[in-house]
Amino acid sequence: MHIVVCIKQVPDSAQIRVHPVTNTIMRQGVPAIVNPYDLFALEEALRLKDQYGGRVTVLTMGPPMAEAALRKAISYGADDAVLVTDRVFAGSDTLATSYALASAIGQIHKDMPVDLVFTGKQTIDGDTAQVGPGIAKRLDMQLLTYVSKVRSLDIDHKEIIVERRSEGGVQVLKTSIPSLITVLEGSNEMRFATMANMFRASRYPVKVWNKELAGIEDPTKTGLKGSPTVVSKVFAPTPRAVKAEIIQCESDDPKDLSVTLLAKMFAKHPKLEKEIAKRAA
Amino acid sequence: MSEATETKKPAGKKRFELDDRLKAYKGIWVFIEHERGTIHSVSLELLGEGRKLADSLGVELAGVVMGPPGETTRSFCREAFFHGADLCYLMEDPLLTDYRNEPYTRGMTDLVNKYQPEILLLGATTLGRDLAGSVATTLKTGLTADCTELNMDMEGRSLLATRPTFGGSLLCTIQTLNYRPQMATIRPRVMAMPDRDNARSGRIVEDALGMVESSIVTKVLEFIPDEMQDKPQLPFADIIVSGGRGMKKPENFKLIWDLAKVLGAEVGATRPVVQSGWVDLERQVGQSGKTVRPKLYIAAGISGAIQHRVGMDASDVIIAINNDPNAPIFDFAHYGIVGNAMTILPALTDAFRIHLATARKAG
Repeated sequence: MHIVVCIKQVPDSAQIRVHPVTNTIMRQGVPAIVNPYDLFALEEALRLKDQYGGRVTVLTMGPPMAEAALRKAISYGADDAVLVTDRVFAGSDTLATSYALASAIGQIHKDMPVDLVFTGKQTIDGDTAQVGPGIAKRLDMQLLTYVSKVRSLDIDHKEIIVERRSEGGVQVLKTSIPSLITVLEGSNEMRFATMANMFRASRYPVKVWNKELAGIEDPTKTGLKGSPTVVSKVFAPTPRAVKAEIIQCESDDPKDLSVTLLAKMFAKHPKLEKEIAKRAA
Repeated sequence: MSEATETKKPAGKKRFELDDRLKAYKGIWVFIEHERGTIHSVSLELLGEGRKLADSLGVELAGVVMGPPGETTRSFCREAFFHGADLCYLMEDPLLTDYRNEPYTRGMTDLVNKYQPEILLLGATTLGRDLAGSVATTLKTGLTADCTELNMDMEGRSLLATRPTFGGSLLCTIQTLNYRPQMATIRPRVMAMPDRDNARSGRIVEDALGMVESSIVTKVLEFIPDEMQDKPQLPFADIIVSGGRGMKKPENFKLIWDLAKVLGAEVGATRPVVQSGWVDLERQVGQSGKTVRPKLYIAAGISGAIQHRVGMDASDVIIAINNDPNAPIFDFAHYGIVGNAMTILPALTDAFRIHLATARKAG
């Protein structure tokens, strides 16, 4: 069995700051990490490999530095790693990204047929959740999003049963492989990297593919050219005309501040006072 | 050289001209999502927003209803009319009983190709995102996820879809210029629920799915409904008390729970707090969590990053407690207390308890 896991290197968003005066992003020194949601996908793939045997290939598209994300994945136990990188991919939106990744998976498939493709449910930088479905449609694979559990896998009959989170419940779905699965967060816990795998990761020759090696047939479907969406404006949100009324008292006593706050608020919002009184009763 | 100068475009904004083949795309569509026989509230919220877009463009607003044959499915069309739709595209087929990607993608794609809407809106739910990503890729058009605001650029009839970017630290406006339909997903509770007008009606346009069960690979074996009482229902809570990283330690979150208990409120949290495992994922408020619109939102130890703000700034009244007087939360809260949340929260809990007891006696 051969599983391809798509991962992405993202800036650690918890550490991104906006410059208070210029309102621009301060990217300096923001560490790059593997998209946290992708680790659930990788772990799920590694568990299936432990159980059924086979290989796990990790795939990413990005700048040359994204190689570090692939090495991290190797250290957790992935077998192979492919970095798709080319200047023509710059500015790709989700439609263009899914085209490039689907092409690359097609190339990987030529070396060793792919049974399953795993992705995280979304990235923490784009937050779109669109690339997984896009790859599935392009490769004509069955799409299973928000999967919390792989119940069973029957390789001989090419059949997989999963639990999928849906609105208001869990759908149990049976489908055939090849299929593409986006894994829900919290479905598992990433294993620790072993010494042997860490050593292997440091020496592993990551396959670096440009657009030709990635099997891109039509470069106009990639990058800015291949992206239907364009970002027309980036801006900081407008502050409200009126800022918060800061509660101040003669003393800084929390009790006085609290009492003053309630008096002011309920004087202005008497309905809110009734509402809360009713509920708390 | 001179040629290059002559063909140089005038400075300033480029005029945008839509391709002739795309000019045929007219009208606003909203996908009417339903599960277990109930319409999802986000679809009605989108009808309210879609109505505004349709009026500004002078076109019709349509609901797209797909489901099993029967009165329930048809009743969704009526609900759509009550909430602003002029017409509904109705596709009834037993194969559409449970949501499955394949038949829904096929049905929606066929409808779009046949009737050519210029804008297609879906709820950013698990179902809506699954469907939207598949439909957009099949149609090779643009899709913008999790929008917080929709406007029209009348020149080129272009949808201005605004959403947080850079991990939620800034906003960006995204356009789909030379592709149709322009697709966007919007999360529940981001848009206001329109008033229900039972006098409204509209026409129904019916189409057939044209698939057979044997051609659909994925089968639904079972549906396990969530036990509702166990799950916090933040999006519809009237009062929410939320804590952020400023709470310092998981133990301090008890202060949040104490206040929530006195107010009969739900407890919310920011992404870092949830990622640190202090509270459940279900309680995360913000771009990657839930969007809420309570009557009262109390934010303790929350700086007010955009990623959190977009999830809660439609709250009626916002109280912020933060020890940094320059924290962005004070730019959009209504009332602020500058101070240590660990000492303010217990005092505020007491003040509410006493105030409410007095109010009850009086009332």
